[in-house]
Amino acid sequence: MNLITINGLTVTYGGVTALKNVSLDVNAAEVVTIVGPNGSGKTSLLKAIIGAVAPLEGSVRIKQGLKIGYVPQRLNLDPTLPISVGKFMRLTNKINKKSCLFALEQAGVPELIAKQMSELSGGQLQRVLLARALLGDPDILILDEATQGLDQPGSAEFYRQIEKLRQETGCAVLMISHDLHVVMSTSDRVICLNGHICCSGAPETVVAAPEYQELFGTETNGALALYRHSHDHKHDHSSSENTEAVN
Amino acid sequence: MLDDFMTRAFIAGLGLALVCAPLGCFVVWRRMAYFGDATAHAAMLGVALSLAVQTDVFYGALIFAIIMAWATTQLSGRNYAMDTLLGVFAHSFLALGLVIVSFLSGVRIDLMAYLFGDILAVSVSDLSIIWTGTLIVLGLVAWRWKPLFLSTLNEELSYASGYNPKREQLFLTIALGITVAVSIKVVGVLLITAMLIIPAAAARNLARDPELMVFAAGLVSCISVIAGLRSSYIFDTPPGPTIVCVALFIFIVLNLFKTLRKLAH
Repeated sequence: MNLITINGLTVTYGGVTALKNVSLDVNAAEVVTIVGPNGSGKTSLLKAIIGAVAPLEGSVRIKQGLKIGYVPQRLNLDPTLPISVGKFMRLTNKINKKSCLFALEQAGVPELIAKQMSELSGGQLQRVLLARALLGDPDILILDEATQGLDQPGSAEFYRQIEKLRQETGCAVLMISHDLHVVMSTSDRVICLNGHICCSGAPETVVAAPEYQELFGTETNGALALYRHSHDHKHDHSSSENTEAVN
Repeated sequence: MLDDFMTRAFIAGLGLALVCAPLGCFVVWRRMAYFGDATAHAAMLGVALSLAVQTDVFYGALIFAIIMAWATTQLSGRNYAMDTLLGVFAHSFLALGLVIVSFLSGVRIDLMAYLFGDILAVSVSDLSIIWTGTLIVLGLVAWRWKPLFLSTLNEELSYASGYNPKREQLFLTIALGITVAVSIKVVGVLLITAMLIIPAAAARNLARDPELMVFAAGLVSCISVIAGLRSSYIFDTPPGPTIVCVALFIFIVLNLFKTLRKLAH
């Protein structure tokens, strides 16, 4: 059975539609990446999966007993809040120091365990958030733009770590990302979202799809993807289904 | 023992110190300082209406503090920015309360007692209200500690761990409403936020752990209350503001100490 099955999901905020009729499966040990311009409903999709927003229509089914490791975009960590990395890790999981240290090792930052959270750099914080998500052996990691605020080498390094983790632990990964060219090399499947699913499939297929090029331009094999698009763009939906069918 | 007004003042002040410590930490961590202020200001309307119907001001203040706290959390994120909305309601409720009080003829009402508190006039029944409120809030915070803390760090993380941050926000709102209501007679509507924020901010210099920060904030508040009441007796100054001044003094000393230690390294 799929880990996550989303069927005809529609999400609205006070009359504004964020997601319309989105259907999506995530299978075991699969890396699925969601790309899309700002305001395309990427975060809403993740929120629906973790139960932070209720669907207006459609359903989100999570496999029974599925262990989700969630990596948020950032923390609202006020400098006045004193908490050590080790304590933060143990907030939601009753674990001993050893498994805490092991998770930090998996994320590549075992030396941070006694540090204060407020003293961490952006990259270190992301590693700690990843380590926390790894506690309790998740079946799937969900990452919401986890490399936001990291520089190019930093985010490339972060994705290498994710890739390594997937190979070691075999957990599935569902992530939102802005780093298009990194995404293309690590994902099994890419979903291009703009309120609805524009196109999806293997990275090569998606990059070649006209819907994708309409959103991101044709230069996506370079370092920069331009976020030029019009919100009221129209395209032939039968062709996106064809793209799906290729896989 | 409770016959002595100074003893009653100490007991009331210590109750206030204990209730403000954990809530003050959350107010500081969640950057809700202005929210605390607005809730306290709005409570003045509740005080005025209580006086109009001749009931204990605690109940009116409690109702309006909770309504205000609840309304602002509900309305945030729509059309107006949160702080504008808070400003509009908080200050108009305060003004409306003061206007209503002026219409109440017959009784002579000392407005200053509600704006700045009158801890020396606290009665035995006030004491029981203050301590009941304190114990309820402390119980609530202890019970919801983990989810409250988690939702402070990140809403989605809270959802992913199976806690609804909106519900935790509601618990915090109720706790804040109770705190404001029990504090009115002690420090008044204008100085409540000071008792919430200053000890918590001072305690930040002492703690490397969230629970320890709450204990340190409680310690700072208790010292402020005891030293503040003693000084107000000796120097014949208004007790509420004196307590706040002592808290400020501790805040400054601890910050200076921290800066000096940093320089020494």
